[in-house]
Amino acid sequence: MEDKNIDTRSKRFSRREVLKGLATVPFLGALAYGVYRKKQYYNALNHSLLEELDFETEERKDLELKSDKKIRIGVIGYGSRANYLLRSLGFAHPDYVENMIQKAQNDEGWSKRLQNFMDQDNLGVEITGVCDVYDVHAQKAMEACCNIYRRGRNGQMGKIPNRYRTYKELLRSPDIDAVIIGTPDHWHAPIAIEAAKNGKHVYCEKPLSWSVKETYDAREQVKKNEIVFQLGHQNRQTDSYHVAKKIIEKGALGKISLIEVCTNRNSSNGAWIYDIDPKANRHNIDWKQFIGQAPWHEFDLKRFFRWRCWWDYSTGLSGDLFTHEFDAMNQILDLGMPSSVMASGGIYYYKDGRTVPDVLTMAYEYEHKDLTLLYSATQANQNNRGRVIMGHDASMLVGSTLEIKADRNSTKYKDKIKRGEIDPDKPIYSYVPGKNKVDAVSSATEKYFAGRGLLYTYRNGKQVDTTYLHLKEWLYCIRLNDGTQPSCNIDRAFEEAMASHMGTISYKEGRKVYWDYENEKII
Amino acid sequence: MKDIVEQNYSSSQYIVLIFCRLLIGWHLLYEGVVKLMNPNWSAKLYLMDSSGPFKSFFFWLAQDKIILPVVDLLNQWGLVFIGIGLMIGLFARLSAILGATILGLYYLSHPAIIGADYLLPNEGSYLLVNKNLIELASLLVIYLFPTSYKIGIDRLIFKKHE
Repeated sequence: MEDKNIDTRSKRFSRREVLKGLATVPFLGALAYGVYRKKQYYNALNHSLLEELDFETEERKDLELKSDKKIRIGVIGYGSRANYLLRSLGFAHPDYVENMIQKAQNDEGWSKRLQNFMDQDNLGVEITGVCDVYDVHAQKAMEACCNIYRRGRNGQMGKIPNRYRTYKELLRSPDIDAVIIGTPDHWHAPIAIEAAKNGKHVYCEKPLSWSVKETYDAREQVKKNEIVFQLGHQNRQTDSYHVAKKIIEKGALGKISLIEVCTNRNSSNGAWIYDIDPKANRHNIDWKQFIGQAPWHEFDLKRFFRWRCWWDYSTGLSGDLFTHEFDAMNQILDLGMPSSVMASGGIYYYKDGRTVPDVLTMAYEYEHKDLTLLYSATQANQNNRGRVIMGHDASMLVGSTLEIKADRNSTKYKDKIKRGEIDPDKPIYSYVPGKNKVDAVSSATEKYFAGRGLLYTYRNGKQVDTTYLHLKEWLYCIRLNDGTQPSCNIDRAFEEAMASHMGTISYKEGRKVYWDYENEKII
Repeated sequence: MKDIVEQNYSSSQYIVLIFCRLLIGWHLLYEGVVKLMNPNWSAKLYLMDSSGPFKSFFFWLAQDKIILPVVDLLNQWGLVFIGIGLMIGLFARLSAILGATILGLYYLSHPAIIGADYLLPNEGSYLLVNKNLIELASLLVIYLFPTSYKIGIDRLIFKKHE
């Protein structure tokens, strides 16, 4: 019955019937044509914008580690930064892990963080020695370093590392191959120098040095003893900086005349007013060792915990925060040493007895490159002035993403601006990590999310922590053992420290400071 | 079904209803095609931008490694088939109700409630009612006032023996 019905029905389809049935189908064709035309338009636009910059931005490959032999590491100085460094290596204090476990039970963000930490590759290291002048920190370091299974309280632990009372004892120990230096600034170079003399590889937090003289010594000893040296500028691992370098080498910005970088913070933590541990006292802090080469001062907990606020132990905004910016630009533009510096600033907000300025402006001239690097910083306002490289043809905003806008009066893009192919008010290129192609006409969505910093550096499609990558690169070079140095090697560290010292000298002496290229001297 | 199918609208009612069906079909199909053509497209960012009472559900969709690709595929091909269905009048009633469901999910992930601040959409100002909700309501009209039995492939498929 049913079959018969269908049969009859199909026979009864009149021409009129079919036309009514298919009446709206042509609209599909119209849409297809529209899609084709739109795609063609944007392809042409994209092509015309990218014709000078046609390259793939390959994601950087993960470094392969031969982990047949464990690298034995000593940790000197276990404050907040070294804490972070050790976690990046996979060693967290049981209390920290416990806290993460508790929070992860009700919070997805923490659960993800915990999972990431647990999943993080083992870099084939063991911590065999720790040294800190504060007993509480030393004890915490030992507890973190034996937490090899990444457990919470009462979890299974590994062997407890030795505690050394002085860095020299630690550096003389035969069961240590490499050291991580996370001390205050005035101890960086002396320890790095001693480590090099003892043939220990060094990962040193920035800046390389506290004084000018020790900068030369550190470079000399690192080179002479052929150790693997990495300075702690983890931004060397940020993908967008590598892409920025390629784009600039292709000439997209034209002649660069000005670079503007900044520090913008507005919190007591950001102004280095850290908490003072109530457990700390003159009996559990080796004050004399803390002072080291600094001028003598009576025991003072403020100076111990907030050492960044005093020139006696710190390098101030110039050494602490400008160095990040300098190294970023040195990485992207191979700036090298500036020809001169002029700095000014003052203690304008934090009248708490500190000696380092909380507002600082520094103008670095690169006469041989015909450009100025301008740094401005305040620790009492968070307005972000961005990190901008300004060329005659375009400006590039550098962050974890990149954004390039053409200049209205550019020579290079003149015709395209005239033809309406480029709108100077809108970015012409943008780069978002995790994507493998620079896209001239990227979607609004991506730009907005990028602006919120929701995108990170990627390896093999996985979001990773740059500090982890930076340590990994250092360990990779140690294992290679063929003279290969990591990206932030001693030459880059020398430039970073010297540039920062030039700024500090200019600020303190209120004069323009020059670099003598021939004799490698500050004059 | 019968009572709905055999409704008799005036010619102008037909024209307006079919016009609406075409417009919404065009919009949804194009949204689907664009997503298919972009190899980097994923619903993840939109889901992570969710707010309102159901945001944890949408976050969960975005963060699950197995579910997210399914959500992506359903979105891309769902929009394409719903769009085609509405445009050519093929299973148009089913398409309308599925389209309303998808739009309902979009609305729940980005409800236009007071205090919600989204990256997307970055146009218009809304109070409770936004364009998703209006399109959803229009699809319900299309569902309840079908036209594909008159103009559309459904006419050929569901044709009654007369």
